[in-house]
Amino acid sequence: MTRVNPVVLRTRWLPDAVALVVAVVVAFPLYWMVLGAFKPAGEIESSEPRPWTTSPSLDSFRRVFGQQDFGRYFVNSLVVAGSVVIVSALVAFLAATAVARFRFRFRTTLLIMFLVAQMVPVEALTIPLFFQMRDFGLLNTLGSLILPHIAFSLPFAIWMLRGFVKGVPEALEEAAYIDGASRGRFLWQILFPLVFPGLVATSVFSFISAWNDFLFAKSFIISDTSRSTLPMALLVFYKPDDPDWGGVMAASTVMTIPVLVFFVLVQRRLVSGLGGAVKD
Amino acid sequence: MNLRTDLRWTPWLYLAPALILLGGLLVYPIYQLGLISFFHYTQAQVSGGEPTTFEGFGNYTELFSDSEFWQVLLATVLFASACVVSTLAVGCALAVLLTRVRAVPRLALMLAALGAWATPAVTGSTVWLFLFDPDFGPVNRVLGLGDHSWTYGRLSAFFLVLLEVVWCSFPFVMVTVYAGIRAVPSEVLEAAALDGASQWRIWRSVLAPMLRPILTVVTIQSVIWDFKVFTQIYVMTNGGGIAGQNLVLNVYAYQQAFASSQYGLGSAVGVVMLLILLAVTLVYLRLLRRQGEEL
Repeated sequence: MTRVNPVVLRTRWLPDAVALVVAVVVAFPLYWMVLGAFKPAGEIESSEPRPWTTSPSLDSFRRVFGQQDFGRYFVNSLVVAGSVVIVSALVAFLAATAVARFRFRFRTTLLIMFLVAQMVPVEALTIPLFFQMRDFGLLNTLGSLILPHIAFSLPFAIWMLRGFVKGVPEALEEAAYIDGASRGRFLWQILFPLVFPGLVATSVFSFISAWNDFLFAKSFIISDTSRSTLPMALLVFYKPDDPDWGGVMAASTVMTIPVLVFFVLVQRRLVSGLGGAVKD
Repeated sequence: MNLRTDLRWTPWLYLAPALILLGGLLVYPIYQLGLISFFHYTQAQVSGGEPTTFEGFGNYTELFSDSEFWQVLLATVLFASACVVSTLAVGCALAVLLTRVRAVPRLALMLAALGAWATPAVTGSTVWLFLFDPDFGPVNRVLGLGDHSWTYGRLSAFFLVLLEVVWCSFPFVMVTVYAGIRAVPSEVLEAAALDGASQWRIWRSVLAPMLRPILTVVTIQSVIWDFKVFTQIYVMTNGGGIAGQNLVLNVYAYQQAFASSQYGLGSAVGVVMLLILLAVTLVYLRLLRRQGEEL
């Protein structure tokens, strides 16, 4: 993997130092968030903020989980993001197979449509979706968050998965049929496992969009707060006039950690997947 | 190959779930958005108290004659442009930096960037607000600004949001461009270096042209993301700033529809946004086609 560029050969200490300083600056907000979550109340609301704490406390976390059914919101968020990831991965896998493995009329048109669909500002659709969800009787249910996010994550997922499906040699498919495998068997027992790493990388994006969603949650979950998700719960602690910073930072930490874990787990595949999606 | 041609319906079968979902939850709402924008549609019509009346371009006339709309549009364009330029500059500079450092600093920068990338927009917004808090934030302490409020002034509030947006969106640019640079064959760079090209010359005449497809993608993606920033503005400026000074189109549409119950007017703003981004997309498709990309 280590390719020797002439550029790399001229490495001196200065770029290293710059990179380290930038890394510290970029990581600082996250450090400050976690630090703020563990600081005792007296230290966080102090006009002399220190970049460390000598007496870490779990008070803020206790307040967060004690108040406002935070645990339930966490589960709600997990249910929404989990359903979106699983359903959109399966649907996108089928669609990507269709556009990568078959030649048929309107194939190019469809591909362009998927590309254009990625550009649609879904936020602009909040108003019609609100009425649509009302007509389906889905307002104040998690379904009103799951359905739109599945749809909106599909175009990008299909586009990205197409590269992974293409990467599986066609000879494998022909060999499978010669050996008497049915179409469905090839699809689920041969192609699916081979494309699975790509599916995981693609899932990061649908996971994030569903997990982070703030606008739909704010617009569609209007009266039944037991169906709220984390972004809404977080703002319970953030009152612009008198924010409970300890609570906000603790809730932010709890909300950020699952995404960070997901990201770190798939980061290698993410980079290669993005490369593939961008180049194809 | 015969197997494929006689199974003409198989691809459509595979595509069916995706097309149904997209048709019902993307295409149909777009149609509805356009439709609502032509009606007088407020709380009274939603609850069925008054009949819906067709207004033609009434909402659009109202919008275009409202000076606040033009102000918001201008602010959106300027704010999004500033975000895109800053994000691309930071992302590309750091991608080049990544190619010149040893493994440990590279890993550190990559991990920090992944952390920023993974941070949800809501938590990123609250954390940056906390950093710049007039009473308890470290930034004012370090800069000696006392209890200066960053969210009070229009420009400084926009600047604060810009910092957060750049922080969470430069990693995508950095990682993608870095992957692109790594994919350039080293022989090409060696040849250029042997011919005596300077670093800047190598970047301008060798790397930049080879990276153009990738640069196009990250630019367009950034334009699209930054043009429709919602969460950061909504959270950091508390719904659009003092007297709406920090409104951008997306938040403006939301406020019109859900705070003032002017659903027709809000939809008209949504249509304007959709058309602007559609224009950007068409430019993108043309650029892709000119580069001879095969779909």
